[in-house]
Amino acid sequence: MSVSPENIGDLSRRTLLQRAAAAGLLAAPAMGLLSACAGSEPSKSDNGGGAAKSKDNPFGVKDGSAVKVVVFNGGLGDQWAKEDKVIFSAKHPNVTVNMSSTQKIKTEEQPKMATQPSDLVMNSGADMMDRSTLINEGAIEPLDDLLTAPAWDSEGTVADSLLPGTVGDGTQNGKFYVVNVAYTVWGNWYNAALFKKEGWQAPTTWDEFFALAPKIKAKGMAPYVHDAAHGYYPRWALMASIWKACGKQVVVDIDNLKENAWKADGVVKALEPWEKLVKDKLLLPGKLDHTQSQQAWLDGKAAFIQVGTWLKNEMAATIPPGFELTLSDYWHNADDKAPKDVFAASGEGFVVPSKAPNKEAAKEFLRAMLSKAGSAKFAELTKSLASTKGSGDNVQDTALASANTLMKNGGTELISVKFQDFYADLDKESQNLSEELMAGRLTAQQFVDKMQAAADKVAKDSSIKKQTRTA
Amino acid sequence: MRHGVARFVTGFLALPVALYLFYVVWPFVQAAGYSLTDWGGYSDSQRFVGLDNYVRLLSDELIRKAFWHNVFFLVTVPLFTIALALFLAFLLNVGGREDRAGIRGVFGSALYKVIFFFPQVLSLVVIAVMWQQIYRTDSQGLINGLLIKIGLVDADNPIAFTADPEPFLGIPAVLWWLLLIAVWSGAGFYMVLFSAAMQSIPKDIYEAAILDGAGRFHTFFRVTLPLLRDTISVAWVYLGFIALDMYALVFVMTPSQGGPNHASEIFASVIQFNAFQKGQFGYACAIAVALAIFTILLAAVQLRITRRERIEF
Repeated sequence: MSVSPENIGDLSRRTLLQRAAAAGLLAAPAMGLLSACAGSEPSKSDNGGGAAKSKDNPFGVKDGSAVKVVVFNGGLGDQWAKEDKVIFSAKHPNVTVNMSSTQKIKTEEQPKMATQPSDLVMNSGADMMDRSTLINEGAIEPLDDLLTAPAWDSEGTVADSLLPGTVGDGTQNGKFYVVNVAYTVWGNWYNAALFKKEGWQAPTTWDEFFALAPKIKAKGMAPYVHDAAHGYYPRWALMASIWKACGKQVVVDIDNLKENAWKADGVVKALEPWEKLVKDKLLLPGKLDHTQSQQAWLDGKAAFIQVGTWLKNEMAATIPPGFELTLSDYWHNADDKAPKDVFAASGEGFVVPSKAPNKEAAKEFLRAMLSKAGSAKFAELTKSLASTKGSGDNVQDTALASANTLMKNGGTELISVKFQDFYADLDKESQNLSEELMAGRLTAQQFVDKMQAAADKVAKDSSIKKQTRTA
Repeated sequence: MRHGVARFVTGFLALPVALYLFYVVWPFVQAAGYSLTDWGGYSDSQRFVGLDNYVRLLSDELIRKAFWHNVFFLVTVPLFTIALALFLAFLLNVGGREDRAGIRGVFGSALYKVIFFFPQVLSLVVIAVMWQQIYRTDSQGLINGLLIKIGLVDADNPIAFTADPEPFLGIPAVLWWLLLIAVWSGAGFYMVLFSAAMQSIPKDIYEAAILDGAGRFHTFFRVTLPLLRDTISVAWVYLGFIALDMYALVFVMTPSQGGPNHASEIFASVIQFNAFQKGQFGYACAIAVALAIFTILLAAVQLRITRRERIEF
C-alpha cells in the first residue's frame, strides 16, 4: 500500500466525473429539462384543399389527400371516433384518414405544433395544451367557416345543429376555435336503487342533505366522497355553488378579474355548506384520486359523489349489477338567486393547428363528427351526450336519462366558468385552494380571500395577456 | 504508424461526437437562446427580451419555495442514501463473524444483495406507481391497511402521505414521504457501488485491525470509511443530481403535481408549469438555465471540497 498524490494520468472515476462535469455532460437534471425546450426548423406544408367546393364538400377536400386525426383516449374511450371515421369515409372514400389515439396529447402534439402538426387534434385530458396559449400564439385555426357550413345529415348549418353553449364554449376573442364534441352535465350522483331500498329522498337543497346525512352515516356509509388529487374536481362544485347563490354576473366578474369580484355578497355564504360538510366529517376519510373515489362510491362506501356525465363510461368495467347511476343537480340554498341553473358544458375540444397540412379535410372530418349519425353513435357508445342536438334520444340508459331530465328541468342559463381556461396561474391556484378547502385547512372566508389575492396578482401581471368574457 | 492510429481513433469518434453535438449540446445552446426571449412554445415567432426572464426569476415566490425544497432533498437524499448504503454494504461484506476463512458478510448476504439492488432495476415511474399503492390514503393502502388492522391508525383519520402538507420538523410531510421513496430506490445501487469498493480493500488490513483489537465499530470508522472516501464523494455528486431532479416522484405522487398547495413544488415542477401549462417557454428556459448553472457550480464545489490525497493499495 502506498500513499501518493493524485496522478494526473490516472483516469479514476473521480477525475472522469470532474472532466465530464466540466464538459457539461453531467448537469443531468437541468440539462434534460433544457433540451425539452428546444425546437426545430419548420417544414413546408402541402395543401390538401383546392378541390371544387360543393354542398357535400364545402371546404373543397382534395381526393387522394390524407388527414391525420389524433384522439384523446380517456374516460370516453376512442371507439366513437372510429365510428366517425366510417361515416367520413362513406362520403370521401378517396381521402385517407390516419387516426391514432393517446392519453398524452401535449407530450406528443405540442412539439409538432410549430413545425408539422397533425391536422386535427382532440385537446383534452390532464395532459392537454393550454388553450389560451394556443390561441395567443396563433397556433390554432379559427373555424368560423365550419359553423356556417351546411350540416352533414340534417337541415341548416352546423351551428344550428349544436346544443346551446357549444359555440360560446369554443369561442375566444370573438372567434370560434375549439369544437367540443361532447356535452357534459355535472352534479351529485347517487345510486337510485339504494335510495329506493332505504327510503331516502335525494336532496335538492343543502338543508335536505344535512338532514339526510345522519341517516346515511347510521348505515355505516360516508355521505360524500370527492377527488382529493385533482383540484378541478372540487372546483366544479364550488363554482356551481357560487353561481347558484349569486347569479351569473358574479361569476362573469370573477372571470373578468373585476376588482373584488370574489368578495361579492353571498360568495362566502355559498361556500359555507362545503366548509360545514368537511367540518362535520361527512366526507369519506382518505385522500383518494378520481377513479379511487368513484370506485369507493360504487362500492357503497359513500352515498354521493360529484362528477360529470363521463362517469358511467369511465367506470363501466366495475359498476356492480343493480347499481342505478343517477345524476342530480348540485344542492342549493333556499335564498339562492339562480338555484335552477345547471352546470353543463360542451367539452372534449378538437382544434385544427394553423400549420396543419390538410386543414380542409380536418374541418370536413369535424362536420362528420357533429353529424346526427356520428353524435348518435357517440351517445350510444359513451353513455354521454354529444354536443349535437338529439344525440341521446334513442339511447336507453338511466345515467343518460337522468342527465337529460336534469337538462330539461334546468334554469335559463347554463353554469359555466372561464377563468381557468383564461389564466393558467388562476387555474393552478384555484385547484390548490379548492383542495385545501375540502381538506378543512381553509375556511370559506379564507378561500375567498386567497382567491381574490391570486386574481389580483394575475390582473397586475403584465406578462399575462388578459381575456374578456362577455356571455 | 502514429498517424494511422489518430485517423483510426478519429474515424470511430466522429459519428458519436457529431450525434452528441447535434442531439445533446445543440438543444442546450438553443434553450439558453430561448431563455433570452418571450417564446410561448407553440409558434415560431419570439421576441428578444434580454435578461428580463432572469430578473423576474429572482423575485418569483414559487421559485424560492421550489429552491428550498430542492435544497432539502440536496441535503437529505445523499445523506440518508449514503448512510443506509454504507451500512448495508458493511454488513454484507465485513459485518459477519470472523472465522478461519477470514472476514465475511452476514449470513445470506448474497441473497440480500439481490433484494436490496432490486429497486434499481425498476424505472422511477414504476416505483412511483407502486408506492402510490403503498401510500394509498384509505384502508386499501398497504401501510394504512396494516396500521388500521392492528389499531395504530384510526380508520377515520388515515395517514395522508403525499397529500399531507403539514410540517414535520419544519418541512412539509409530503417531502419526507417522497424522501423515503428516493432513499429506498437509491440505496441498493450505492450499496453495490460501496460493496465493490470494499471488496477492493485488502482483507489483511481488516485482519490486522482485528488483531490489534479493533471492534466492528472501529473497523468501520477507522478502516472502511477512510478507504471509501473517493467512492463516497462520487456517490455524493451523483445523488446531488438526483436530488435536484426528483421530478418523476413529484409528478406521479403528489396532488396537482407539486401540491398539496405548492407543498412539494421543486424546480422541475415549476419549469413544467411555466413551460407547458402557462405557455412561457422563454421564462421556463431561463429557470432551466439557472438550474443548470447551479448544478454545475454545486458539482464543482463538492468535488473541490472532497479533493484529498488518494490512498493506493
